Amino acid sequence: MRAYHDLGGLSAGTVPQEEHELQLWEKRVEALLVLLTRKHILRVDENRRGLESLGGEVYHSLSYAERRILAMSNNLILKGIFSVDELATKLAQIDRRQDPLP
Amino acid sequence: MNAALAAGVAAAATCAYARGERIRVRKVDAPGHIRTPHYIRGKIGVIERCVGFFKNPEELAYGRSGEPLRALYRVRFLQSDVWDDYRGGPGDTLDIDLYEHWLEPVTAP
Repeated sequence: MRAYHDLGGLSAGTVPQEEHELQLWEKRVEALLVLLTRKHILRVDENRRGLESLGGEVYHSLSYAERRILAMSNNLILKGIFSVDELATKLAQIDRRQDPLP
Repeated sequence: MNAALAAGVAAAATCAYARGERIRVRKVDAPGHIRTPHYIRGKIGVIERCVGFFKNPEELAYGRSGEPLRALYRVRFLQSDVWDDYRGGPGDTLDIDLYEHWLEPVTAP
């Protein structure tokens, strides 16, 4: 059985040719993964496994950066870096900010 | 520098396959983190080179050491062998990096 992320050889329609600029939060997602890797907290292989464990419906409904930060969050909870409750508390704090991206 | 030396770990002994040798990619369906694309499994190619020895990503993906190191090869396939409906040139090729444990020998036809 082909895994949902393994798309090589499947029909994908036309490739969008226009350039798109990455948003600041998307760059921060990549920076965070580099940081976690350099600090030997998380390997890119572990995060790929995380992406491949989201389920096809979630995986295909999210953007590239969205699915990567979700996989990272799941991995960091799994490793005990933070708890679900700590993450939820922090997300609620950020929701209450006037300026969500300082 | 060889990846094994750089990582300071013992290298696997040797590359089992030599340049020019024909191999078949194992046609295995397994759960887990697999870096061998689905479309290439079961196809026959030729060893272009042994790239070196690396930690096994199938193990690294689960937080384990990834050792012993695995030999990684660049394997060359004819596009017309990979895709049933390939319409490009007859000599077009595709190179893929594949780990040794995904390859099996092909006996001469």
